[in-house]
Amino acid sequence: MEDSRRERDGAEGGAGQADSAPWLCRFLGPAESMVAGVVVRLCGYSAILFVFAILFFVLREAAPMLFGGMDLVEFISSPDWRPSSEVRPQYGILALLVGTLSVTGLAMALAVPLGLGAAVYISEFCTGKVKETLKIVIELLAAIPSVVWGFISYMVLAPLIVDLTGAPVGVNLLNGGAVLALMSVPIIVSVGEDALKAVPDSYREAALSLGASRWEVVYRVLFPAAKNGLLAAVLLGVGRAIGETMAVLMATGHAVQIPRGLLDPICTLTATIAAELGETVYGGPHYRMLFVIGLVLFTITFFVNLIADIVVKGIRNDQRA
Amino acid sequence: MVNVAQAWAERYHAKNRDVSVQVLGGGSGVGIASLTDGNCDMANSSRDINEKEALAIREKRGKEPVEHVVGFDALAVYVHPDNPIESISLEELAGIYGEGGVITRWSQLGIRHQSHGCDEIVRLGRQNSSGTYTYFREAVLGKKRDFKLGSVDRSGSKDVVALVSRTPLAIGYSGMGYAVPGVKMLEVSVRKGERGVAPTVANARNRSYPLTRALQIYTAGELSGPAADFLQWIVSPEGQQIVVELGYVPMRELE
Repeated sequence: MEDSRRERDGAEGGAGQADSAPWLCRFLGPAESMVAGVVVRLCGYSAILFVFAILFFVLREAAPMLFGGMDLVEFISSPDWRPSSEVRPQYGILALLVGTLSVTGLAMALAVPLGLGAAVYISEFCTGKVKETLKIVIELLAAIPSVVWGFISYMVLAPLIVDLTGAPVGVNLLNGGAVLALMSVPIIVSVGEDALKAVPDSYREAALSLGASRWEVVYRVLFPAAKNGLLAAVLLGVGRAIGETMAVLMATGHAVQIPRGLLDPICTLTATIAAELGETVYGGPHYRMLFVIGLVLFTITFFVNLIADIVVKGIRNDQRA
Repeated sequence: MVNVAQAWAERYHAKNRDVSVQVLGGGSGVGIASLTDGNCDMANSSRDINEKEALAIREKRGKEPVEHVVGFDALAVYVHPDNPIESISLEELAGIYGEGGVITRWSQLGIRHQSHGCDEIVRLGRQNSSGTYTYFREAVLGKKRDFKLGSVDRSGSKDVVALVSRTPLAIGYSGMGYAVPGVKMLEVSVRKGERGVAPTVANARNRSYPLTRALQIYTAGELSGPAADFLQWIVSPEGQQIVVELGYVPMRELE
C-alpha cells in the first residue's frame, strides 16, 4: 500500500509539472497539456496494476495446491524435494530455502564490505577523472547480463575453485556466493555512494576542524549520518541476490541438499522454478507447487523491499529534520 | 532428442522447400503437453507416454495417441578420462544414485582414483522434469525407488557431459550421441561381476547394452497430408541416416 501511495504522489507530481513547466507549454496547448497529464498519471497507475496482476496470476496458479492438498508442515520442514517421484511425491522446500538463504548470506558477506568500501572511496577519497571513470565502470558492471555471469562462474570460477580449494566439484555454494556478490556490488556502491553524498559537507568540515582524521570522519561521522541509506543499499543488494536466477542456476550446481560447507553444491528457490517449470505438466501438482514457491519468493522480496522502503523513508525524514 | 529432430527438420526443408517444420525443445513432457493442446502435429519423446498424458490427449483432442518408433538412444555412463574405471554394473549405479545407496567413494568400487586427495564420487544428474532423468531412474533404480537427493543436476544432456569433462571425480549419464573427446564412456553390465557391454551402435541396436531406449514420435490419431509424408521420410533410409550421424541408433534393421 505504501508503494501505491508513492506511485500516486509521483503521478500527480508529474501531471503538475506538465501543467506548469514552461518548456513543455511552449509545445503544448492547455488541452494537450491535460492529455499529457492523464497519460503520465496512467503510467503511474499501471505499475500498481502490473504488480497486482502478477500477484493474482501466481496466486491463481498456486491456489489449488495452496488451499487444498498441500502438506504445509512438510513444505516448510522437509528437505526432500521429489516432485516427480513415482513412489511418493514430496514437496519439501527446506533445502531450497536454506540454499537461497546461505548463498544470499555468503554473497552479502563478500559484497557488503567490498561495496561499501568502494562507495566510501568514490564518495570521499577520490576526485576528478578517477571518480568519473570508477562510476562508469561500476555502472557497466551492473549492465552485464546474468547469463554472462553464469558463464563466467562456470568457465572461470569453477576450475579456479577446484584448483585452489581441492573441492570435488567447482559449481557450489562458494561459486554461487562469489558470483552473486559481484552482481550485487554495483547496486550497493551506487546507492551507498548516493547516501554518503547526501550527508551535508558541514558535517565533514565540523569533524575535520575538531582534528578528526579522514578515517575518523568516515567511521564516526559519515557512517552514523548515512546509516539508513547504507542499510538501504545493503537491502537492495540482498533483493538482487535473492531474486537472481540464471547465474545461480549455473553457478551453484543445483543439488537438492542442505549444505554442510562452502564447497557443497546447493539449489535455490529461483533456480528450481527455472529448471523445472518448462517440462512440468500444465496444471499438475508439480506445476502448482512451483507457483507456491513463486509465492514464497514474492513474500520474501516483498518484505525485503518493504524494509528497504521504510529505511529509505527514514532518511528522507532525517534530512528534512 | 531435440538435436535429431532439428536435423530432420532442416534436411527435409532443404529437400522440400514448400514444407517447413518448426522444432521446439524443452523435453518430452513439453512436447506431449503441446500435442495435447493442439500446438503441434508431432511430439518427440524419449520415454513412453504415461496414462495421465494419454487420457489428456483423448479428452482434449478426441483422438487416440499413436506411437511411432523412429530410432534408439543408448544412455551412456560418462566419467573423466583420468578415472581408471572401465566398467560398471546397474547394481553399482543404483548404489551410487539410488535412495539409500551406500556407494559415495570411488574406493568402494575398488577403484583407486583421487583428485586433491579426495575420492568422493560427484554424481551428476538431470533436472527432475527431464525425460532422461525418468528413463535413467526406471532403468537403473526400477519403478519403486527414488534417486538419492543431492546430485548435481544439469538442465541439458550436453551440460552433463561438459561438466564431467571438467570434473575429475564426476560420474554422469547422458545420451551416447553427446560424447565429446574429454570424457570416457563406461561399459555397463546388469549385475556386478558380469562382463560389461560397451555403449556402441551395434550393442544398442541388438539391445544387449542395458541402457537403451526407443526414440518415439507421438501423434494424435494417424497423420495425413505433409506431416504424414514427413514421418514417412523420417523412417526412410535418408531420415535414418541422420539418426546415425548424430550418434543414435537407427531402427531400419529392426523392422
